[in-house]
Amino acid sequence: MKRSRATVGRPPTPLLVLALLGLAFFVIPLLGLLVRVPWSELPTLLKSAVVVDAMRISAIASISATVISLVLGIPLAWLLARVEFPGRSIVRGIVTLPLVLPPVVGGAALLFALGRRGLVGEPLYEASGLLLPFSMGGVIIATTFVAMPFLVITVEGALRNMDQRYEGAAATLGARRWTVMRRVTLPMIAPSLIAGLVLTWARAFGEFGATITFAGNLQGRTQTLPLAVFVALESDRDTAVAISLIMIVVSLAVIVALRDRWTRAL
Amino acid sequence: MKKPLRILVVTLLLAACSGGADADSELLVSAAASLTDAFADIEEAFEASRPGTDVVLNLAGSSALREQILEGAPADVFASANRFNMDKVVQGGEAATEPQVFATNLLQIAVPAGNPAGVTGLADFGRDELLIGLCAEAVPCGDFARAALANGGVAPSVDSNEPDVRALITKIELGELDAGITYVTDVASTSGGVDGIDIPLEDNVVAEYPIVVLRSTGDAAAAAAFVEFVLSNEGQAILDEHGFTAP
Repeated sequence: MKRSRATVGRPPTPLLVLALLGLAFFVIPLLGLLVRVPWSELPTLLKSAVVVDAMRISAIASISATVISLVLGIPLAWLLARVEFPGRSIVRGIVTLPLVLPPVVGGAALLFALGRRGLVGEPLYEASGLLLPFSMGGVIIATTFVAMPFLVITVEGALRNMDQRYEGAAATLGARRWTVMRRVTLPMIAPSLIAGLVLTWARAFGEFGATITFAGNLQGRTQTLPLAVFVALESDRDTAVAISLIMIVVSLAVIVALRDRWTRAL
Repeated sequence: MKKPLRILVVTLLLAACSGGADADSELLVSAAASLTDAFADIEEAFEASRPGTDVVLNLAGSSALREQILEGAPADVFASANRFNMDKVVQGGEAATEPQVFATNLLQIAVPAGNPAGVTGLADFGRDELLIGLCAEAVPCGDFARAALANGGVAPSVDSNEPDVRALITKIELGELDAGITYVTDVASTSGGVDGIDIPLEDNVVAEYPIVVLRSTGDAAAAAAFVEFVLSNEGQAILDEHGFTAP
């Protein structure tokens, strides 16, 4: 898509004022945090066991959630975009639900379903001894539950909007359906897919409510960076601010570096 | 920024009280999570005795409430589950009056109904195979629980540090945790889903609950009246019903 600058003059003043007000809404809290950063103690704070443990758990959980979302989310998005079946809009609503539900509700639902006395969790525990709450597996499940919808929604939108004649042409030329998917469909939706993956990762990285409700909070086992911030906020504010700073820097770096590069085409 | 923020908060709170009568004045009481049920009853009795005042309860872990108050969130009254958080609020210059202890509470071991893991005392908190929950250290119940365990000479094998006592008791009630340490009053407040096991008095910790009128109050008279009501015979009787002991 080419950009035309000819019709774009100076932006109308009211629009500009409102836009800047909107921007201030995001920038001011960020500044509020930055002025509290204990810069001189930062290196020591970031090397503390609490922070290092939480970084490790957050990295494992957010990357695992993104990979699971990739493996399960693309087929789900494809199903929603391309296959006509009764109740499709309800299925789409269910998949979108974690986006709008308070994460604590999601965590409670996971506990009722997958907990030791849960609907699926109880037979699972009795059969295999597998216990998801209060474990790393629980953290991954909670973050995936909250984050995967971002991938499904983005990829589904891309699949709907893409020109399906290319897939048709490939099929006419004798490509098998799996080859079409791999060689035509996926490359065409790549920008949306990357954007969706980045959003999914970012949401998983910042997840709090579902994690603390379903997986609990234990340093070195289930305490992610957001949980560590929450705990530290009440006892050690410098550490809380230091962790917040890492989260902001890492999230911003990933979003700017990956998302903008790949979504420019959209 | 303070005034618009207050307007926003009040608007949201008003919106939250759907169908509420046209109250003349609203009293925001920030109270420790362990006071949830007792203060709900006190709210009702106080509102009945003082028509025109609408009490709004803001319930959370005392440490979270302390941070809200020190960061300038508007509230009229603060009821803490320990002295530490109250002292911080006083040191921060946010208290308008001298804090007064209005209740005490004891700790108890909480287990799911029927005690499936066969917990008998503090020593079981060292059993690695059990799923053990405590309140996080910053929260009074977490601080007291660790003190009691230290008194009993037990190094706990903790599986989760819950953000407040209600979150902890809920997971015990659901059977997801085998045991935790909460207040006597929390065990009493559940409807049969949790069994309590007494902690011997020599190991137990007495939690003192102080209450104070905050400097940021918009209605000092109503706030003082609320504190007075909590300390009155009627208020104390309600606290007693919920298992608290008079100071």
